Amino acid sequence: MNIDEFLIPPAESSRRKGPHDRIVMSSRVRLARNVRNAPFPGWAKKPDRVRVLEMVRPAVENLSEMKNCFSDNMDNISPLDKQILVERHLISREHAAKPSGSGLVFNRDESLSVMINEEDHLRMQALRPGLQLKDAWMAIDQADSVLGQKLNFAFSAELGFLTACPTNLGTGIRVSAMLHLPGLVLAEQINPIIQSVNKLGLAVRGLYGEGTEALGNVFQVSNQMTLGESEIAIVERLDKVLSQIIEHEENARGQLLEKKPKMVYNHIGRAYGILANAHSISSKEAMNLLSLTRLGMDLGLFPSGKRTVADELFILTQPAHLQKQHSEKLSAEERDLLRADMIREHLKDLSRPVSKAPGIEGGETDKPEK
Amino acid sequence: MLCCVCKTKEATVHLTQIEKEKMHKVDLCEECSKNKGVDDPAGFSLADLLLGLGAAQEMEGTGGAETKCPKCGFTQADFKKAGRLGCSDCYATFAEGLEGLLRTMHKGVRHVGKVPQPVQNSRDMAERLKLLQKNLAKAIDDENFEMAVKLRDEIKQVSAKLSELQAI
Repeated sequence: MNIDEFLIPPAESSRRKGPHDRIVMSSRVRLARNVRNAPFPGWAKKPDRVRVLEMVRPAVENLSEMKNCFSDNMDNISPLDKQILVERHLISREHAAKPSGSGLVFNRDESLSVMINEEDHLRMQALRPGLQLKDAWMAIDQADSVLGQKLNFAFSAELGFLTACPTNLGTGIRVSAMLHLPGLVLAEQINPIIQSVNKLGLAVRGLYGEGTEALGNVFQVSNQMTLGESEIAIVERLDKVLSQIIEHEENARGQLLEKKPKMVYNHIGRAYGILANAHSISSKEAMNLLSLTRLGMDLGLFPSGKRTVADELFILTQPAHLQKQHSEKLSAEERDLLRADMIREHLKDLSRPVSKAPGIEGGETDKPEK
Repeated sequence: MLCCVCKTKEATVHLTQIEKEKMHKVDLCEECSKNKGVDDPAGFSLADLLLGLGAAQEMEGTGGAETKCPKCGFTQADFKKAGRLGCSDCYATFAEGLEGLLRTMHKGVRHVGKVPQPVQNSRDMAERLKLLQKNLAKAIDDENFEMAVKLRDEIKQVSAKLSELQAI
């Protein structure tokens, strides 16, 4: 199956809307499950992994949500396409590096995806734009219930769902949201926020999950504890914390505009200047400047621009996506040149930022309802 | 006493935290205590610290190092290396060493939340069986033998279904 034809074009996926999507880019709930009587993928020999894959894949394909799905063994996916899937958050970096005997199934709108034989036999996730944790939980709960009828999941009354790593034991749930927090970063309030979120037993990670840096001011917040607390309690706890982070981010943006407008205009103006005029730019620099452009759009400093322009470039400027648009193998330097060309082209109709937001002071706000 | 993180330097920082009825104790050297942020008493929880110690170190010293999972052949040494278990049966094999570890990384040590439908079905069935047996005893006491026969037949059916479910 061709991944390219299957994936939603970035222009389209950047138009997906959800509650609080100014700040919450996406919500995701994943469940870890294993079948009984088979070693976990990391310890299993190839024949065992293949046996599990052949049992699990058809069951997943038969889910009603998986109609017309993409389904393949990871062996049949090229390294470049695997990288594309990582950049789309459909698979983990670990899954991209797995030996044979693993698989991937995801549906048309990329709202439901299942990695087979990643760290656990099944890692299934539901993805929603904006802040919709409960929705995502209900979707994955439903899929899990159907699979639980067909597959004999490893479960103990005492310890719950049994997972390869004890950190996922019990519910096997990871509830997370991807947040764009440029205001808190510029206001230098991000570290205390991260610390207090950590104190609540929640993890804060970078753009591509565990062990990655927060490129483009994008942070992932997720639960760490999975045993001794029900799924819905975890979802609700995270929901509350996220509402508070959204409020802090909105406040930080408001305060920056009020107290240090020149600093904000300077950052956003420079970001625009570089993006609209550069002839060579790295992925990292592009992400960070696009983040500031996105902030400018949220603050109403680009009256002609839409946030989707920044969101689309966020996807398109990632290394594998860039490589995919060219048939010959590109070096890092060549990619930097082509990335700059692409960004200039996309921004050619975007006028430079104004220094005061027209209309409402501070632009549109996105305070969570109480 | 050696620091329980680096295990090389003398421990000079001794911490005790009481959480519910459980007492956790940690001994650290000065350097490790700084690294773990222990010098900031407000921003510190023993659970976080122990989590950072890594699963493998935690399990060390509990149970024999020779313990091996009879189902998949996974050993304690493998766990130390990988930080992951070999199969779902390993949880029973290494139960003793794991309990302390689970206590430090999770909110509780007993599962709360979703139960797979087949497990729920056999739980419901087991409860139904208990109720029927109670009713049977009562029927016999009351010398209601017609009812007792009915109940006895139903118990036979339910327990057959239950053992079928549990055999899966």
